[in-house]
Amino acid sequence: MSDAKATHLEHFQDLEQQAHAARLGIWIFLASELLLFAGLFALYGAYRAHYPAAFGWGVDHNVRALGTLNTAILICSSYSVAKSVHMLRRGRPRFAAGLVAFTLACGCAFLVIKGVEYATHFREGVFPGGHGSFFLGQPQGLKVFYTLYFLMTGLHGIHVVVGMGLLVWLLSRILRGQLAVPHTHPLDIGAVYWHLIDVVWIFLWPIFYLTPGTF
Amino acid sequence: MSAQSPGFVPEGSAVSLPPTFVNDDERIRSWLLTTDHKRVGILFFVTTALMMALGGAFALVLRIEHLTPDRTIVDALAYNRLFTMHGVVMVFLFMIPAIPGSFGNFLVPIMIGAKDVAFPRLNLVSFYFYFVGAVVVLIAMQAGGLDTGWTFYTPYSVQSPSAVVPTLIGLFIVGWSSILTGLNFIVTIHTMRAKGLGWMRMPLFVWSIYGTSIIQVLATPVLGLAVALVAIDHGLDWGLFDPARGGDPVLFQHLFWFYSHPAVYIMILPAMGIVSEVVCTFCRKNPLSYRAIAYSSMGIAFVGFLTWGHHMFVAGLSTFDAGAFGVLSMLVGIFSAIKVFTWVGTMYRGSIAFNTPLLYVFTFLFLFVFGGMTGIAVATTSLDVHWHDTYFVVAHFHFIMVGGTLTAYFAGLHYWFPKVTGRLYSERWGLLAAALVSAGFFVTFFPQFLLGNAGMPRRYYDYPPEYQTLHVVSTVGSWVLASGMIITVGYLLWALKSGKRAGKNPWHSASYEWLTRSPPPPHNFDDTPVFATDPYDYTETGRLSHE
Repeated sequence: MSDAKATHLEHFQDLEQQAHAARLGIWIFLASELLLFAGLFALYGAYRAHYPAAFGWGVDHNVRALGTLNTAILICSSYSVAKSVHMLRRGRPRFAAGLVAFTLACGCAFLVIKGVEYATHFREGVFPGGHGSFFLGQPQGLKVFYTLYFLMTGLHGIHVVVGMGLLVWLLSRILRGQLAVPHTHPLDIGAVYWHLIDVVWIFLWPIFYLTPGTF
Repeated sequence: MSAQSPGFVPEGSAVSLPPTFVNDDERIRSWLLTTDHKRVGILFFVTTALMMALGGAFALVLRIEHLTPDRTIVDALAYNRLFTMHGVVMVFLFMIPAIPGSFGNFLVPIMIGAKDVAFPRLNLVSFYFYFVGAVVVLIAMQAGGLDTGWTFYTPYSVQSPSAVVPTLIGLFIVGWSSILTGLNFIVTIHTMRAKGLGWMRMPLFVWSIYGTSIIQVLATPVLGLAVALVAIDHGLDWGLFDPARGGDPVLFQHLFWFYSHPAVYIMILPAMGIVSEVVCTFCRKNPLSYRAIAYSSMGIAFVGFLTWGHHMFVAGLSTFDAGAFGVLSMLVGIFSAIKVFTWVGTMYRGSIAFNTPLLYVFTFLFLFVFGGMTGIAVATTSLDVHWHDTYFVVAHFHFIMVGGTLTAYFAGLHYWFPKVTGRLYSERWGLLAAALVSAGFFVTFFPQFLLGNAGMPRRYYDYPPEYQTLHVVSTVGSWVLASGMIITVGYLLWALKSGKRAGKNPWHSASYEWLTRSPPPPHNFDDTPVFATDPYDYTETGRLSHE
């Protein structure tokens, strides 16, 4: 009896209402996050229309293989985190924990590859704000391209780190037995947030790696 | 309205009353770490009210400065800083958080029969984001002397040697508060309604907060981004809006107004919700059309996202874009007019009780229609070219923000004062102060329409002597307005200690918040509330349900 009572917070009528509120809350938060990225995508669109050649050249300069590899990694991680929600609901917390750990490993791999890319840029003298030797004699549009590149992938990277922190916390709760049927909705929230990270990257991938040239 | 309402409780019987949210735990610590939405509402109220006083003080100095064409009391640099501080404080630290943060927090859960908002701890976090952000903004502006105006237009904001970066960091933090408050309300309204309380039976104030919350959640991140980019440009020299490095300063304006135009609907929508509640209660009538008011709130919230370009008619928009933004802006006028007609139609053949809240609502209707009509005028591109960046625009948005939002804020303050404090304010003083505020406002801002039309640019320190008469009239008006507000502070503080006990429903309202005690108990209702009748049911059935 006391266990059943402890599963939902006092101001909710039951656990179902609490879970509904939590899920709706994260979706609303994602809407807010999308608008945050939307502002940057709008800037990208406006500047790309203004500097089509320079942007096309910049995209071509980025390493398509690394961007594509990162896309594959994030899609795998989205699958594993979704599967972990499924497993937790089915009453298999250890399997779920393993899947969350795999998701975290994917997040690490993504950050390592992104770090390698950044390191390459810095070695070449590509820094945000048009700073660095790489931009000497280059057109203005290329500076704007790389400023946006660092802003958008950087903001995305911050989200990856935050998402991983969230997953670490959820993983520890699963391992301590705090997340188990019927109290599984916190993992939904972590998973949904992780999907946002994936979805944003799915749109960053084409605009920074797949669309060289002008239209 | 006499104080001898059926719910009247004689003085001295307080001892036997069960605990309220106020005296349940009176330690400071329990207030500062509260998760009770009512206490969070009070925290927001006190802080935002202080911000209003501060922003108002800046405005009074600005008005005094304009008594003479040249220097009166401050120099030009101080003038620039003062109008910047007035704008930043009033917009970001008062107008936007004030009604959702204080009235919204206090009332929304009660109005839908919930024990609290969906995420009470997040609600407290939201307050502290606001509080910390506000402190950072104030310290930065005070110590560093911000002089960019509240709009932070690039390229000046990137070059200004003043405290741009710390101020923007503060605003960024305040933005979190706004997003989290909006998120909390949306989830609360969706998931926490009492059994049987359908969407079309919610009090209209809840609808307006719902519309507001959507704007807060969707628009604020774009402002956060815009100010972050300016801070980065200023601090790290990335030049994203710098023409010398291929950037486009006008893009900042797009991002900024994508938030800051919807932000004016964050300010006015909750105010409209207050007006709907006050009109129905004091005219003893159900609204002429509940759906018209509810849906037009949503309409304003939606169309509000498509009007930002009207701030940029002279910033190089194409003729087609300017025309489109002009027409879209006028749509807001249609939704607003639907509301105004519905309110007036609600009053028609109502049983009108002429109390302070309703006097404020009459002021609201007059000033808001005035401001709205001039809004249609400035949405007309050809006219806007003449009025752009003049006192005409200043007068227009003050008619909406002060004449509209602030008068509705005062209406709500008086309307819910008995519910929150359990005390009645003095109706005589209330009516006097309302009259002073209304008259003072009109005298302050009406001359500014004339000044602007005659060519007086906004944000200018000096002006040609032929404008002086109107400036003096405006300044004198600001003193009348301020005196009304100071009187209000006086009698409300007095009523807080010594006002007559209000009872649970001093206005005989049919709405749900009046079903509980005043002040409400810690969990809002002593028993699980049953909302058997509609919130605007002024028939015998509705009356009996409040007995």
